[in-house]
Amino acid sequence: MSTSPAALDYVRELVYRRAGIVLGADKYYLIEARLSTLARELNFPTVEEVIKGARSGGSGALNQKIVEALTTNETTFFRDLHPFDALRDHVIPALLAARSPAHPIRIWSAACSTGQEAYSIAMLLREHFPGLPNGRVKIFGTDLAESVVARARAGRFRQLEINRGLPAALLVKYFVRDGAEWTLDASIRSMVEFKPSNLVAPTEPFPHADIVLLRNVLIYFDEETRSAVLRRVRTALAPDGYLFLGCAETTTRVQDVFEHVHIGNTTCHRPRPSARGQ
Amino acid sequence: MLIDGVERKPRVIVIDDSRAMRSILRKNLMEVGCEVIAEAVHGADGLARLRELGAADLALVDWNMPEMNGFEFLCAVRGDHAFNSMRVVMVTSETELDQMTRALSAGANEYLMKPFTQDALREKLAILGLATH
Repeated sequence: MSTSPAALDYVRELVYRRAGIVLGADKYYLIEARLSTLARELNFPTVEEVIKGARSGGSGALNQKIVEALTTNETTFFRDLHPFDALRDHVIPALLAARSPAHPIRIWSAACSTGQEAYSIAMLLREHFPGLPNGRVKIFGTDLAESVVARARAGRFRQLEINRGLPAALLVKYFVRDGAEWTLDASIRSMVEFKPSNLVAPTEPFPHADIVLLRNVLIYFDEETRSAVLRRVRTALAPDGYLFLGCAETTTRVQDVFEHVHIGNTTCHRPRPSARGQ
Repeated sequence: MLIDGVERKPRVIVIDDSRAMRSILRKNLMEVGCEVIAEAVHGADGLARLRELGAADLALVDWNMPEMNGFEFLCAVRGDHAFNSMRVVMVTSETELDQMTRALSAGANEYLMKPFTQDALREKLAILGLATH
């Protein structure tokens, strides 16, 4: 039985309000597919019944589960490779040179999903900057979905996730197999701190950071939300910091505060000199 | 893509005793921009095909095969200077860390666990500089 248009519209409005994500009418199939899985997990007979339960109120937990079901996106280790080359060869060395040891370099993986990006950076640091003292670089990951943050913290990955982008040499060095899953070594997990945070409707200011990775997130937002998020990121980013976006994302509408620079084979975004110190 | 200073597709040999798997790999390799120059049904067949055709840029090799298994093939090519520049990726359902470590120690460049997606294959090739993201 297909879900009623009114129920689907409720979900679209909910996801836009809570996560800033625009689900057009062409995304009804996505809503059906993701919420069918949720219905099975929660023992609801149909998607319609899940939405009915959410609309009838209560704690709002079901609304949150719906939002999480529709905002969990694919991620991989070392996604797109080039940004990690830029971090290793240019960005991290430049910031290490510019900051005193008392001033940790802060790297924020925003919308971190299940943690692959943040953990990729942690492994990169361990491999290529082995002499760094503890605390010299702080990595933190945030995501809207609490369930996803919990998975990120656990550092456990399925085989299909392990197969994605992770060099075999790092797999054998930093993971152990545990049944059908693979667990990341505690020494790497301890380098990253995860917590829930909403980019669109934050309850507290964005965390201060020297490097922000906000990749493949803005594409889901409308223009207004995109600009608002980028301006908030700018206020959190150090004046000499670096912002990495996804390949298809730009700072076109906020060129007054960001300029783009090419580093190796990647493009990143930096506060404009005229806007620095704002 | 630029390989050894020349703009061309990566040349790949697929070595697997399963016809279905060879077919899946061929299709996926072509879709990510590679040229499959040969298929072989076991390691010895793979070596013979390579000696006949010249070294490939990449060999995708199953582990468990009759005649000469993937690990023996790996040791054979790593002991032959003619194949110095050929990358070897083990594509296998062997998922024990010990097996992976053994393959990497013997000179495998990467390891892809079955089942895999085309994206996973492309990402492994990108790690080796043989595909773009």
